[in-house]
Amino acid sequence: MPIMPESILSVQHLVKRYGEATVVSDLSFAIAPGECLGVIGPNGAGKTTTIRMCLGLTVPDEGTVTAFGLQMPHDALAIKAQLGVVSQMDTLDPDFDCAENLLVYGRYFGLKDAQIRERIPSLLAFASLSAKAHAKPGELSGGMKRRLSLARALVNNPRLLLLDEPTTGLDPQARHLMWERLQLLLQEGKSILLTTHFMDEAERLCHRLLVVDHGKKIAEGAPRDLIRQYLEPEVVEVFGIGALALADTPLKALAARVELSGETVFFYTGDAKPLLPALAAHPQLRTLHRPANLEDLFLKLTGRQIREDA
Amino acid sequence: MSQVTQRSVWRAPALTWRWWPVFRRNWLVWKKLAIPSLVGNIAEPLMWLVAFGYGMGALVGRVTVDGVQVPYILFLASGSICMSAMNAASFEALYSAFSRMHVQKTWDGIMNAPVNLDDIVLAEMLWAAFKAIFTVTAILGVMLALGISYSPKLLVAWPVLLGVGITFSCVALIFNALAKGYDFFTYYFTLFLTPMMFLSGIFFPLEQLPPVVRAISQGLPLTNAVALVRPLFMDQWPADWLRPLAVLATYAGLGFWVALALTRKRFRA
Repeated sequence: MPIMPESILSVQHLVKRYGEATVVSDLSFAIAPGECLGVIGPNGAGKTTTIRMCLGLTVPDEGTVTAFGLQMPHDALAIKAQLGVVSQMDTLDPDFDCAENLLVYGRYFGLKDAQIRERIPSLLAFASLSAKAHAKPGELSGGMKRRLSLARALVNNPRLLLLDEPTTGLDPQARHLMWERLQLLLQEGKSILLTTHFMDEAERLCHRLLVVDHGKKIAEGAPRDLIRQYLEPEVVEVFGIGALALADTPLKALAARVELSGETVFFYTGDAKPLLPALAAHPQLRTLHRPANLEDLFLKLTGRQIREDA
Repeated sequence: MSQVTQRSVWRAPALTWRWWPVFRRNWLVWKKLAIPSLVGNIAEPLMWLVAFGYGMGALVGRVTVDGVQVPYILFLASGSICMSAMNAASFEALYSAFSRMHVQKTWDGIMNAPVNLDDIVLAEMLWAAFKAIFTVTAILGVMLALGISYSPKLLVAWPVLLGVGITFSCVALIFNALAKGYDFFTYYFTLFLTPMMFLSGIFFPLEQLPPVVRAISQGLPLTNAVALVRPLFMDQWPADWLRPLAVLATYAGLGFWVALALTRKRFRA
């Protein structure tokens, strides 16, 4: 596959093995300018390893990473000068307040103090942390810390952001604020590579999604297209005592596909109209009729089993 | 598919000026705590000096160094300042560097910016050496105030002690690279640094040691540091400065190289 000239980051045939285990297996993707590409997959799917290879921190066994026309790992420093990174774990400096965190981080990019100081107020405002300029990370909530990490990743005005699970562990309010900020960055024309476990996040933010499992790409496309491609448009969830028994009744014929998970039966169908009155005959059960979503897709592609090794 | 060749961790260091913002980061943290840390840094060496120098010194009287009789306090001060440089550098390159590297993940954050691991290791090495020279300077000040030595050659001893700090921070970073937790450093101190304190001619002349132990002692970095610094305290030039300097430079050079290789290995996941 030729490298698309317009792509800002291009990953070709990446392979990473640790001993016997292949963590990333022939993974290829590219990000266009202004695009938000989401990488979704279960824990242990190879998402973080892929990001580390994009950063030159992990050397792949095979394959290439090209960004801004430069080659990893040879041009690692020149590439990283144009990147902003929010890693899964906060690496904020606990000894510095918010403003100092930004100042010190900007220096790593070779920026002059005066340049950075000029940017600090707008970065803090962007992160809704103006009032916390002199608070240390230990005094901040989880959401504030993540936003400070995001502000820190923007200190060099990067063209591409690599965000590894930027909202994991945040409450809904903090998550929504983070999404709003990321939308603003996309409107400014920045590109984003995002890994996430949250399907609503992927659906909201990402123009295109990569579903990976066991280090392999198993699906790729726009969120709505993927749902259309892999799933029936409607889902009826049924749960409550006796729900599981429904899967073996004639009701099954009214759906295109039936799945069981825990206490819940999922009826996937093109048209739920015949199914709903039939379910009404079981008033003790609770039903939820909804359009198919990314979570259904994700579970269909990666399975419903909990992975003990993940 | 393109096979990627894994670069050896033993390749030559690739150093740039990006070590400087990392050094400055440590400086900025330390500035906030400089005064309390100064008290901690110089209180212990001074206690040794006062207790042993004046206490033992009264019993010992004078000691012969290279045929010259000197007061015991001068003998001890010129040795123990090397020990202080060693301890300050070692503490910083072990406990503090490990906190930044492993506990706080500061290094990981820095490596997401255009700074490579080699520059971070260099910055940590120089930072630990800076902490050593800072401690040494404070202790030298106290020694001057106590009138232990007024040798003008102390001006030469100062950069030599910076070199001692560099040597010990290079060696300590090897153990930092290998550490799984803080407990590991206890071994380094109890099995390596503490015995060296007693075998390097700090508290008593090397002539007191049995010949075999003395031969081992000649290869220790601290012995060679003392061999350079002690004459300068006595307002003399070291009779043989080339050999001890070469020994220290070897420990520093090899130490840094091995430390860098092992640190690269640690981060190569």
